[in-house]
Amino acid sequence: MDTKKIALSSIVIVSFLGYSFYVKAEGINQMPALAPVGNNNRQAMMNSIPTNTPTVTLFPSATPSPTSAGSSIVSTPTAVLPTSIPTPTPKPNSQYKDGTYTGSVADAFYGNIQVQATISGGKISNIQFLQAPNDRGTSIYINSQADPMLAQEAIQAQSANVNIVSGATDSSQAFMQSLQAALDQAKS
Amino acid sequence: MKQTRLMMGMPITVEIVNCKVKLFHFQEIFNYFQYIDDTFSTYKENSEISKINRGLLTKSQYSRDMQTILDLAERTRQDTQGYFDIHRGDKIDPSGIVKGWAIYQAALSLKQKGFTDYYVDAGGDIQVSGLNSHHQPWIVGIRNPFNREEIVKVVSLKGKGIATSGTYIRGAHIYNPQDKTDNLAEVISFTVIGPNVYEADRFATAAFAMGKKGIEFIEKLSGFEGYMIDKKSIATMTSKFSEYVVKSVEESEKKDLKSIQ
Repeated sequence: MDTKKIALSSIVIVSFLGYSFYVKAEGINQMPALAPVGNNNRQAMMNSIPTNTPTVTLFPSATPSPTSAGSSIVSTPTAVLPTSIPTPTPKPNSQYKDGTYTGSVADAFYGNIQVQATISGGKISNIQFLQAPNDRGTSIYINSQADPMLAQEAIQAQSANVNIVSGATDSSQAFMQSLQAALDQAKS
Repeated sequence: MKQTRLMMGMPITVEIVNCKVKLFHFQEIFNYFQYIDDTFSTYKENSEISKINRGLLTKSQYSRDMQTILDLAERTRQDTQGYFDIHRGDKIDPSGIVKGWAIYQAALSLKQKGFTDYYVDAGGDIQVSGLNSHHQPWIVGIRNPFNREEIVKVVSLKGKGIATSGTYIRGAHIYNPQDKTDNLAEVISFTVIGPNVYEADRFATAAFAMGKKGIEFIEKLSGFEGYMIDKKSIATMTSKFSEYVVKSVEESEKKDLKSIQ
């Protein structure tokens, strides 16, 4: 009878512990929210960079506690990227050797951009941002509802017949520079 | 004549409408931006700002431009209810105010040389002056933050500054610490038109940091108009923003039809 009780309660305890580790691990995995939401490739890549830390390594908050027994469930978070990242060559199958390559540090005024490209099966399978700036480096605080009195509209494409274009500072040049340096290593 | 250089990781473009303009006029502007980068880049070990952050300079040793920028940054902090703040722990990073100020200074230097019709554009923040080569006000497009090939709004500017603050690094990973379900990355792009690019830039930066209430902040500022795009591709604009808008051909046709009826 006693052994039965012990066995039963240990099952309960073990499953509870297991569940809480699972929940914890899920929570940790959700925090960086890495799934890209953009429909455009480059946009999607950019989505996976944290905006709050200008030069720090990626996803510092997502590091799982090494002491946690459930840590085996927690996979190291990496930037999840669409598989259709444009590669500089139309025939990527044989040009790049598998491996992980670190690109050069490219200056983008608000910070440096540095990427690490992983090649598997001759294709780019992953790009991680080792360094990434955010636009103007200003902290982001609490928001609230916009004034309902102000006019709103769904954005739509207009005539491109303009003299100048205003937009957020584009660091794509620095991104391409760092990526190219990584891919050059993969070629050799 | 129009010249572009890739500097500080972004394209810097200057157009001057004047038959007497020479290449060296452009070179002087690009040299100025190089000086700005060398002085204010926190990523350059030997820049003045880096030396300040390493405690190598005392206040009396700061250059005049550095003192100006730090004063302007403090004024902006007060003007924006503290949303604009260059302090990062014990370090300072004024890059959020330097660019707009530098563009404006570059534009003023062209004015001092007697030019009247020109623009200076650094990474999408722009000061315009006078008229374009077709003798019309400068026509500025606001880029679609979801598709950089596309323009979503067209404005016509005379002697104004326009700046867009935004993030190409969007994502759902920034949270309000008080409410984890409140996603702060709601606002994707925030464009401000102001009396000059320095003013437009500093308030675009602050308004962007305020999230959705940034547009109310701009609405209350006299002399400023704003166009905010959120993650659902909905734009919210201040009440007089439409005075700058150049209507597309289709929209004008609709209006014409209505007026005929």
